[in-house]
Amino acid sequence: MKADPHGVLTGTHFMDGDHACCEGALAAGARFAAGYPITPSTEVVERFAARVPTVGGSFIQMEDELAASITLQGAVWGGAKAFTVTSGPGFSLMMEHIGYAAMTETPCVFVDVQRGGPSTGLPTLPAQADMMQARWGSHGDYEIIALCPNSPQECFDLTIKAFNFAEEFRVPVMFMMDEVVGHMTEKVVIPPADQIEVTPRKHTHKSIEDYLPYGTNGDLVPEMAHAGEGYKFHVTGLTHDERGYPNMTPQTQDKLVRRLQNKILSAVDRICLFEEDRLDDADVVVVSYGITSRVAQRAIDAGRARGLRVGKLRLITAWPFPDKKIVELAAHVKAFVVPELNLGQMVREVQRAAAGKAKTFAVSHAGGGVHNPDEILNAIVEASRC
Amino acid sequence: MLNVLDETVNPIEPFLRSDRMPHIWCPGCGIGTTVNSFVRALIESKVDLQSLALVSGIGCTGRVAGYMKLDSFHTTHGRAIPFATGLKLANPKLNVVVYSGDGDLSAIGGNHLIHAARRNIDLKVICVNNLIYAMTGGQTAPTTPGHATTSTNPYGTFEPAFNLPHLLDAAGAVYVARWTTFHVRQLSRSISEAFAKKGFSFIEIISPCPTLYQRRNKMGDGLDTMKYYKEKSKVKHGAPTGEVGLTLNGEIAVGKFVDRDRPDYQTMMRAQYVETLGDRYLGDEVETECVCG
Repeated sequence: MKADPHGVLTGTHFMDGDHACCEGALAAGARFAAGYPITPSTEVVERFAARVPTVGGSFIQMEDELAASITLQGAVWGGAKAFTVTSGPGFSLMMEHIGYAAMTETPCVFVDVQRGGPSTGLPTLPAQADMMQARWGSHGDYEIIALCPNSPQECFDLTIKAFNFAEEFRVPVMFMMDEVVGHMTEKVVIPPADQIEVTPRKHTHKSIEDYLPYGTNGDLVPEMAHAGEGYKFHVTGLTHDERGYPNMTPQTQDKLVRRLQNKILSAVDRICLFEEDRLDDADVVVVSYGITSRVAQRAIDAGRARGLRVGKLRLITAWPFPDKKIVELAAHVKAFVVPELNLGQMVREVQRAAAGKAKTFAVSHAGGGVHNPDEILNAIVEASRC
Repeated sequence: MLNVLDETVNPIEPFLRSDRMPHIWCPGCGIGTTVNSFVRALIESKVDLQSLALVSGIGCTGRVAGYMKLDSFHTTHGRAIPFATGLKLANPKLNVVVYSGDGDLSAIGGNHLIHAARRNIDLKVICVNNLIYAMTGGQTAPTTPGHATTSTNPYGTFEPAFNLPHLLDAAGAVYVARWTTFHVRQLSRSISEAFAKKGFSFIEIISPCPTLYQRRNKMGDGLDTMKYYKEKSKVKHGAPTGEVGLTLNGEIAVGKFVDRDRPDYQTMMRAQYVETLGDRYLGDEVETECVCG
């Protein structure tokens, strides 16, 4: 369906990534947010708090991130599209509720504007060190989707995509920004509402008698009902059967947890978005995401200027990881160079997927700034020689 | 309506998910008794069941949501109140009840409890207080009276306990009452009164855990506890909440301690936006078409 025009600020703007993310959420139909202030993410909800009363909906500042991350889920079951926004320390506190959203199949978006860690770390400076936490942070087996914008424009575009994926798969989507992308101001074009595709909630059309809250019809994503509609359904974080009733057997656990995984894994090709450039003749592929991809671009251009056969693979979707693309490339390139603002997170995935068929060079950075392009170029040169 | 003529139907049964019976509660546990009183209040108050949502946290009382034939949510430990807050804010037409235990609401969820009362979110909170962590095997709770023996204080507790009515009174709840599971009719009436109020209501129910609390503290079985509740309870409507704290073997002050009116969160929010934004304020109700197409 098309976006509700009330939430769409059509026009050409000069705005930062945090504000663009807020506009993306509004365009996607988000009418509820719960948050707790934390640098460098707060601007997203500050803008939402100013905008949403004029659009129809509400924002509440909760007492902590534990509360914010479950308040938004109450709102989803009450019939809203909802999200929360945070940074590392708050993201750590939200982990239990990412698991709850995965288990109860609550469609929602968690925005993490990454800063340096661990612990309080570097509140005002960038990092990309929550990437593994986004995937594995809550206990148990589950799948999520994570997207990584590299510009304010993408903060707008991909926030809509994040909500759309959340609704399509009934899954929590991690929107993995970083401090630089969040605070960088650039041109952001917001199209008219009728040019914005929004995925509606997978709401059930079944009668109250026929409705099974966690029953599926082959596509692995159950239909949802909202509180107050008469379905009298039950939602629990306990292992549950198709009726939503707790059921403590290995058989029910196996069926449920495998379905939660498979609903994402069976759609990997559609979910995995990436940008590629000059890969046809490449010996070396720079794999990057978020702000680092823009630094890497300069190194790639410099490498090409020196006659090195270097190409670009930019991950827009970080999770599920695009194994297939890496396997394909590993068959004919010499090496992958993986710069990231952490001491080696997504590089492990590249290495795993490459499975020894191509070498992997990490260009690590502990955060607090971005790479010097020369560091990436040096790795490209080294990789070309291997 | 309550069907007193047909003896084959338990008047409570239509409100329960019978296909989930038997329940997990122990013989002599008071939680089922509270559910009875709750349902009787629903019947007497003629609460619209379609717009009623029940939210529980984790623990023995946390299982109430799963047994009741309502839109029901069994959330995470301590977070029933913030979940209920989101539910209520997204759909103000819902009548939202939080039904959970003392550990869930006042220990791990304590921060949410006081903030929801401060905001005066329109929620009815029913807190079954068995003075202990029962689901996990009888550990000390913030409500365990001094000198009681628990699995984590095998030589007796020495931490001061929360006086929950005092806490909720100070935090701003508009309705605060306490009963025991002996007081089934008074409890029902209190729940009905809470349904008639707008804002944050809190009803504490002192309830036995014969398996872990009474047994370990040599207080006898379920019946002995009823006798204790009967003998030691004293109705003290309007008592200063600072004076209603509980002790191991002492008096149990029961009654309605707080009943006052102040605007709830959503009323204040709307008034603020109308005053500052005027016609630009589009309200807080989410349009279903905008979500579901």
